[in-house]
Amino acid sequence: MTTEAVLLAAPPITGIGHRIVPVAAILALLIAVWYAAAVWLNAPQVVERFESDGKSWNARQLIEASWSMERPVLPAPHQIAHNFVETVFETPIDSKRSLVYHAGVTVSATLLGFVFGTVLGVLLAVGIVHSPVLDRSLLPWIIASQTVPILAIAPMVVVVLGSLGFVGLFPKAVISMYLCFFPVTIGMVKGLRSPDPLQLDLMRSYSASHAQVLHKLRWPAATDFLFASLKVAIATSLVGAIVGELPTGAQAGLGARLLSGSYYGQTIQIWSALIMASIVGVALVALVGVAERLVARHMGRPT
Amino acid sequence: MTQLGTRLAAAALMAASFVAPVGGSWLARPATLVCALAAILGAGSRWDARAGVAVGLITVVVGAAVPLMLLDGPGPFGAAAPGIWLFLAGWTFAVWRMLSMFSRLPGRGAGALVAPALFGVALLYLWQVLVVGFAVPQVLLPAPCQVGHVLATQFDVFWLDFRQTFLKAVLAGYAIGCGAGFLVAVIADRVPFLGRGLLPLSGLVSAVPIVGIAPILVMWFGFDWHSKAAVVVVVTFFPMLVNTLTGLAAADAMQRDLMHSYAASYAQTLMKLRLPAALPFVFNAMKINSTLALIAAIVAEFFGSPILGLGFRISAEVARLNVDVVWAVIAIAALAGSMFYGVIALVERAATFWHPSYRA
Amino acid sequence: MGDAPGAVAIEIRGLSLTFETADAPVVALDDIDLTIRRGEFVSLIGPSGCGKTTLLRVIADLEAPSAGHVAVNGVSALAARLNRAYGYVFQAPALYAWRSVQRNVMLPLEIIGMPASERKARAARYLSMVGLAGFERKFPWQLSGGMQQRVSIARALAFEPELLLMDEPFGALDEITRDHLNDQLLRLWEQTGKTVVFVTHSISEAVFLSNRIVVMSPRPGRILEIIGNDLPAGRRLDVRETTRFLDVAHRVRQALRAGHSYDD
Repeated sequence: MTTEAVLLAAPPITGIGHRIVPVAAILALLIAVWYAAAVWLNAPQVVERFESDGKSWNARQLIEASWSMERPVLPAPHQIAHNFVETVFETPIDSKRSLVYHAGVTVSATLLGFVFGTVLGVLLAVGIVHSPVLDRSLLPWIIASQTVPILAIAPMVVVVLGSLGFVGLFPKAVISMYLCFFPVTIGMVKGLRSPDPLQLDLMRSYSASHAQVLHKLRWPAATDFLFASLKVAIATSLVGAIVGELPTGAQAGLGARLLSGSYYGQTIQIWSALIMASIVGVALVALVGVAERLVARHMGRPT
Repeated sequence: MTQLGTRLAAAALMAASFVAPVGGSWLARPATLVCALAAILGAGSRWDARAGVAVGLITVVVGAAVPLMLLDGPGPFGAAAPGIWLFLAGWTFAVWRMLSMFSRLPGRGAGALVAPALFGVALLYLWQVLVVGFAVPQVLLPAPCQVGHVLATQFDVFWLDFRQTFLKAVLAGYAIGCGAGFLVAVIADRVPFLGRGLLPLSGLVSAVPIVGIAPILVMWFGFDWHSKAAVVVVVTFFPMLVNTLTGLAAADAMQRDLMHSYAASYAQTLMKLRLPAALPFVFNAMKINSTLALIAAIVAEFFGSPILGLGFRISAEVARLNVDVVWAVIAIAALAGSMFYGVIALVERAATFWHPSYRA
Repeated sequence: MGDAPGAVAIEIRGLSLTFETADAPVVALDDIDLTIRRGEFVSLIGPSGCGKTTLLRVIADLEAPSAGHVAVNGVSALAARLNRAYGYVFQAPALYAWRSVQRNVMLPLEIIGMPASERKARAARYLSMVGLAGFERKFPWQLSGGMQQRVSIARALAFEPELLLMDEPFGALDEITRDHLNDQLLRLWEQTGKTVVFVTHSISEAVFLSNRIVVMSPRPGRILEIIGNDLPAGRRLDVRETTRFLDVAHRVRQALRAGHSYDD
């Protein structure tokens, strides 16, 4: 092997310091800036309150008050953390005040929509790869539709289905399904078409049927693309479920928490819900990642 | 489906409409009868080479006229007139046949547009006929003609909405977000410490759903378009940052060694090698961002807006169950989104004509 | 250290280079001594992994040695690089896809700050020297592999360095193109009188082109033998069928075998 090849194959020397220190430093800087910004943004209201109470105040009181307002313009990190811990760990899960309960509502809609959207997407992709008509007529529309702001239809879907008597989980799942079948379709079309022409020729020489080629060659070749699209799809599905909770004043779900927090000026509640939404998003994508590794191991790939 | 099978299915289904109720009498409408017969003849015949395209098109057009003319009568329609639906089913087979003929056209240039265009028009037509024929309540699904009517009559309202959302919030936010993302990436490239810290964090931030930050920014920047532009900035910043950083690392080792052998300065290497090599990634981000920006602005308006804006219009009209207006606004948003993306794709083609992806 | 031919261009004493990796250190070069005079054409030949590319990169100041001393034109490798003393030709053309052929050749000239009109004239001259006059406006992907490599050579010549460092420049090409380019390179060298250090693993290429052949051992890279080549100047491709050529090639092969290059 050439020297260059040997060096490329050797694992890189990166100590913990190389990776963690920069992230920690920037994180620390961000938090410091956040505390400062909290003072800056909350100060006007605090000052107003002090003056209306007729109290004199100094800088230290100002800062302390800015970091412990009930409805701050920008909550301090510890306020958010406190609220988060309270609504997640210290509230029973079946209570309407528990963030876990709301997250569960949203996640159930997300997962339902995700499953339906994936199945629909895969079926469409198989159809497109095997039918020249669908390939030339339908696929351009699917690609073009990615440029369309699909989330905009969410309110309409919820209201229309609501007027038909479908409320709760179903309309949100429909929105999620609609949002996530696009990335799955496009990713799977690429994946099902990814085998080398040489491999396809080999199958032809065995006189394999379309179904056999699909099962033995195209489908295994498409797993990388499938999982990449599934990660995008599940994140999009989550966003769809949240947006689906906005229009009709839903009572439960992370979107509902965001909306009610916005209406009643409960900013800390908004931030907590946001953080929960991010955690849920990361967890869902990580789940897909776990599934991906299991499949890869089953297929004998290095993980 | 074989050629013969499609021909038979089309002709047979269309002919079956003569023996099923069509909400009226054939004999009372001679023009419709003639068209139907012509369509059946066309559907059942062979469509060879050049004449075939003409025959096929005539069949499809004439056949499309038949249900429209039938639905123009007194009725009843819907499930009481299965003949119409049989005819329509036959017609779709004829359209499918036309599509498979178009699918064999060369895949580049104008030829690639014919099949999707026919597909789109056929879909719109089916939508119109089914909605009218089954008297679908307008609240559930309005007919395309209705939506078109709304678009035409309320054009000035929509123009103001479009201006508020797209021309102000989206464009301003897009420019600032992409510009900031690009600049920070160049700085992070120069100061690797910054880059190593920012990338993982930006991954975390991009996990936050757009919809979440909207209410916060509306609270900070007020109801007007500035808060929507702020949402767009946040949404477009991270894809641009990540893609630009990836792009700046894309120049391969050999090309960088070459610059090193010329004793080129950091600035020269950046301007002559790394930025041009990064352009495909930058444009990738710009295309992704074009879609994200519009979605972000519209969804942000769901959270509070002066009485103006595409998102506001959607949520307001949805509450009043004016579903046709909602569809009209969605059509406008769809058009705006695709045009925005299309313009960027054209600019990308001009700037990165050299990239292997254009030589497939 | 004058300008006279025969003066020392590259002086290497006791050069060693060890790469530290997470697994185990890789000893690429071990105690290399080499002197190359101006106007010489020297080939470095050896099996894969013998460090010949690494040696070339050390001369070019693209790698730093662990021990030993390298002098190019009497100054350190770093100073030589900053003085733009050499042109480097890689295994792949390494052309910039967004620049036309002409602008690719003008790249080093832009960097050293040459005025625009002079840049164009230089580019035109060297493109015609490699036989690509008329291709100025084409883009790299529109050219064949051999033509791209010729552009790369023109680019290396364009700012007129005294020293040319070439790392298996024809390795990726088919044999017929390779022969043609070998012939062209030899004529270029005769015309310009530059000092050339040429890495290859083709014995016949080394013997055809160079007046000295440095045979290297498998890793860790050492110099096994330096074989002088007394083939006549002005030679053409058909010299490869003469007995003198075969003799030199035989000596090279012996040296490689003695250095265990042919062992498993």
